[in-house]
Amino acid sequence: MSETPATPPPARSRRWMLYAPLGLAAAAGAGFWVMLRGLQTGEYDPRGVPSALLGRQPPDFTLPPLGTLPPVTVADLRPPLSAPILVNFWASWCVPCVVEHPQLMRLTRDGVTILGINYKDRPADAQAFLQRHGNPFRKLGTDEPGRVAIDWGLYGVPETYLIDRQGLIRWRFAGPITPDVLDKDLRPLLRRYA
Amino acid sequence: MIPELGHFALALACVLAVVQSVLPVVGAERRDARLMGTAGPLAFGQLVAIGTAFGCLAWAYLVNDTTVSNVVANSHSAKPLIYKFSGTWGNHEGSMVLWVLILSICGAAVAAFGRHLPTALKARVIGVLGWVAVGFLLFILFTSNPFTRVWPPPMDGRGLNPVLQDPGLAMHPPTLYFGYVGYAVTFAFALAALLEGRVDAAWGRWVRPWALGAWCFLTVGITMGSWWAYYELGWGGYWFWDPVENASLLPWLAGTALLHSAIVVEKRDTLKVWSVLLAILAFAMSLLGTFLVRSGVLNSVHAFANDPSRGIFILVLLMVYVAGAFALFAWRAPRLSPTGIFAPISREGALVLNNLLLCSIAAVVLAGTLWPMFADILTGAKISVGPPFFNTATAPLAIPLVIAMPIGAMLPWKRADLWAALQRLWWAAVAALAIGFVALVVAGYPVWPVLGMTLAAWLVIGAAADIADRTGLFRRPAQAWRRALALPRAAWGAAIAHGAVGISIAGVAGMGVATDTLVQLEPGQSTRLAGYEWRMDGLSDVTGANYRARRVTVTVLQDGKVVTVLTPERRTFIVDNQTTAEAAIHTNALRDLYAVLGEERGTAAVLRLHHNPFAPWIWFGGLAMAFGGMLSLSDRRMRVAAPAPKAATVPA
Repeated sequence: MSETPATPPPARSRRWMLYAPLGLAAAAGAGFWVMLRGLQTGEYDPRGVPSALLGRQPPDFTLPPLGTLPPVTVADLRPPLSAPILVNFWASWCVPCVVEHPQLMRLTRDGVTILGINYKDRPADAQAFLQRHGNPFRKLGTDEPGRVAIDWGLYGVPETYLIDRQGLIRWRFAGPITPDVLDKDLRPLLRRYA
Repeated sequence: MIPELGHFALALACVLAVVQSVLPVVGAERRDARLMGTAGPLAFGQLVAIGTAFGCLAWAYLVNDTTVSNVVANSHSAKPLIYKFSGTWGNHEGSMVLWVLILSICGAAVAAFGRHLPTALKARVIGVLGWVAVGFLLFILFTSNPFTRVWPPPMDGRGLNPVLQDPGLAMHPPTLYFGYVGYAVTFAFALAALLEGRVDAAWGRWVRPWALGAWCFLTVGITMGSWWAYYELGWGGYWFWDPVENASLLPWLAGTALLHSAIVVEKRDTLKVWSVLLAILAFAMSLLGTFLVRSGVLNSVHAFANDPSRGIFILVLLMVYVAGAFALFAWRAPRLSPTGIFAPISREGALVLNNLLLCSIAAVVLAGTLWPMFADILTGAKISVGPPFFNTATAPLAIPLVIAMPIGAMLPWKRADLWAALQRLWWAAVAALAIGFVALVVAGYPVWPVLGMTLAAWLVIGAAADIADRTGLFRRPAQAWRRALALPRAAWGAAIAHGAVGISIAGVAGMGVATDTLVQLEPGQSTRLAGYEWRMDGLSDVTGANYRARRVTVTVLQDGKVVTVLTPERRTFIVDNQTTAEAAIHTNALRDLYAVLGEERGTAAVLRLHHNPFAPWIWFGGLAMAFGGMLSLSDRRMRVAAPAPKAATVPA
C-alpha cells in the first residue's frame, strides 16, 4: 500500500455514516428524557437499587435488644398483622437520621407501628440519641455487626421498609423520610395497605 | 442594590448574546463587512456584562450578604476570606455564572487574538459562541438565578460543605471550566467551518492553539481533582471511575484526539471531516458532563443538588447544541473533501492510529458510564459498572496506544520507513525491558505493575530518544546543544508531554503495589508497614478558624531514625456539624506515607496507614503533560497564524 489517492468525496452509500452521530445523539437524548421524566414520577431513581425483596417476606433474623425495649424478632413481621408495619434502619451517628426523626415521631403518634434496627452503633450512643430526640420505635434491635443489614440489602442509613398485612415487603426507601416523602409517598402507601 | 446590578448585567449579557449570535453570522453570509465588524465589540461587551455579574456575586459572598439566598445557602461569616470568594463558584448557580464568564473570556480572546483570522471565519466563530452563551444565560436567568433575595434575611449563612473548604478545590472548578469551555471555541470553529463549507490547513492551524490550551487546562483540572480525591477524601485512592470523573475524562480523550488530528489537517490537508467531528464531540462530551452532574440522573459524590426542571432545560440545551451540530455536520460535511494523500506507515498514519485508539477508549468509558442508566430504563435491571470493567476494557486499548506513541513521534510525514524508526528506538526498548526486568525480579512486583513500569520507561526513554535523535546527540555531539536550542518548542513540548504520560503511568503502576493496614494503637504502641515503624504518640485537641479537630501524632521511624511525624485529623465544622478526615501525607518524591485517623476507642486511635510507592508521580506527570502543552503553545508557529502556502512542499 503505497500512496493511494485519498478517499473520493463520500459516495451516496457512505453518506449515511455522517448521520450516525446525529442518530446516536438523538437516541441518547431520548433516553435522558425518559430518565428525567422517571425522576419526577419516581420510576427512575439513581439513588440505589430497588430492593430484591419487594413482594417477598423479609429474611429471618434474630437481634439482641437495646436497653429496656423489647427486641425485634422476625415473628413480629410474619402474618397475620393487624396493620402495615414500618421497619427503620438508623444510627445515632447518621445525620440524615436526625432529619427524618420528627417524621417517625409523628407516625408513631398517629398509631403506626415502627420497628427500629439500630445499625453499627454503640448502645450507649443509641440510647442517648433516643433520650434526646424521643423514641418512635415500638420494638428495637441492634445490628452492631451489620449482618442483618446485609441480608436485607441495606443501601445505607436511614432506610425504611414497609411491610403489608400479609407480611410482604411493599416499599423500600433509602434516605431520610422528609415531610415531603411522608405526605406524598408513605401516607398513601399506609392507606393502601391498611 | 449590588445583587440587582448583577442580575441586570446578566440580563444585559443575554441580550448582547442574542445580538452576537445573529449579526456577525448574517454579516458573514451576506459578505457585509459592517455586520461582521460587530463581532469583536459584541464579544468584548459580553465579557464586560458577565464580568460585572460575576463581580457582583463575588461581592455578595465577600461581604456575606445574607439577603441573597444563594449566599445564605452556601456561605457563612466565619469562613476564611479565600473560601468566601471560592464559595462564589462552589455551588450550582455560581458555577454556572463562572461557566459563562469563562465563555465570554474565550469569546473576547478570539476577538483579540484573531486579528489574522479571515473576517468571515472570525465573525462566524464569535457568532457560534454567542449561540452557546444565549442558551446558558437563559438557563441561569430562568432556572438558576444566583441573585434571588430572601426577606427577612437570616442571621447568618448555612455554611459551605467543609469537604470543599480546601485550596485545591477552590481552584479546581475554574481550571476544569477553562478546559470545558475552551472546547466551546473549537466547537465554534468546527461549526463555522461547516457553515463556510471549507476546512483547510489554515483552519487546522487556528484550531490547534485552542484545542491545546483547553487541553492543558483540562489536564491540570483533572490532575487537581485526582490529587484532591487522594488527600482529602481520605480513601487513599486517586481515580474511582466515578461517573463525574469520567465526565471530565471524556472531553479530555476527545480533545487529545482532536489535538493530534488538527496537526494532520494543518500539515497534510486531510482528516478534515474527522477533525470537525472530533471538535464537535469534545464539546458534546463537555456538555454531557454538565448535564450528568446537574440534572440528577446519576448519583455521585460530586453531583450538585438537583432539580428536575433544571435537568430538562439542560437536556434541551444539550440536544439543541449537540444534535444541531451533528445535523449540520451530516448536511455540510460532504463538502469538506480531502485533498491530501495518505500512506498507512507515516506520521499521519500513526496519528490516525492514535485517534482510533483514543476514540475507542472514549467509547468504552462513555458506554461504561451511561450503560447502568440506560439498562435501568430499558430493562429495569440495576447494574453497576465499576473499576474492574473500566480497567480491563481500557487496558487492551491503552497498551497499544502507549507502545505506538514513541514510534509515531519518530515517523516522518507522507511516507515512512517503520524499520528505520524502530532502529533508532532499539536502545529505548532495551532500557524499558531492563527496567521491567528489575521491577519483576529485583523488586518482585506482580505482573500489571511490571507491565506499567515497562511501558512508563518506554515512554520516558522513547521521548528522550526522540530529542536525542532530533538534536543528533550521538551522531554529532558537539553540535547537539546548539541544535537543541534551535529545535522548535513544539517538538520539545510533544516530547515532554509524551514522557509525562510515562511518568503518570509509573505512578499508577506504583500504586499497584501500594500496601495499607488498619490498626488500633494505644499511645506508645507501634506497628510495622512496608519496612517502616509507625508509632502512635497520642491524641490532642486542635482548634481551627471554623472547626475543632482531634489530632493524632504518628511518628514514622526507619531503622530507629525518625523519618517524619504525621498528624492526621478529624475535623468537625462548627456551623453544620460535619466531620471530615484530614489525611497526613509525607512524600519524598519516590513514595508517600499516608495516615488517616478513624474513630477513637478510649485512649486508642484506629488508624489507616498507607505506603504508596511512586504515588506523587501520577500528579507530577499530569502537570508535566500540561507543561509540555504550554511549551508547545508558546511555539512561534502557533502564535504567527500565517497559513503555510502548501504543506506538500515540506520534505518528507
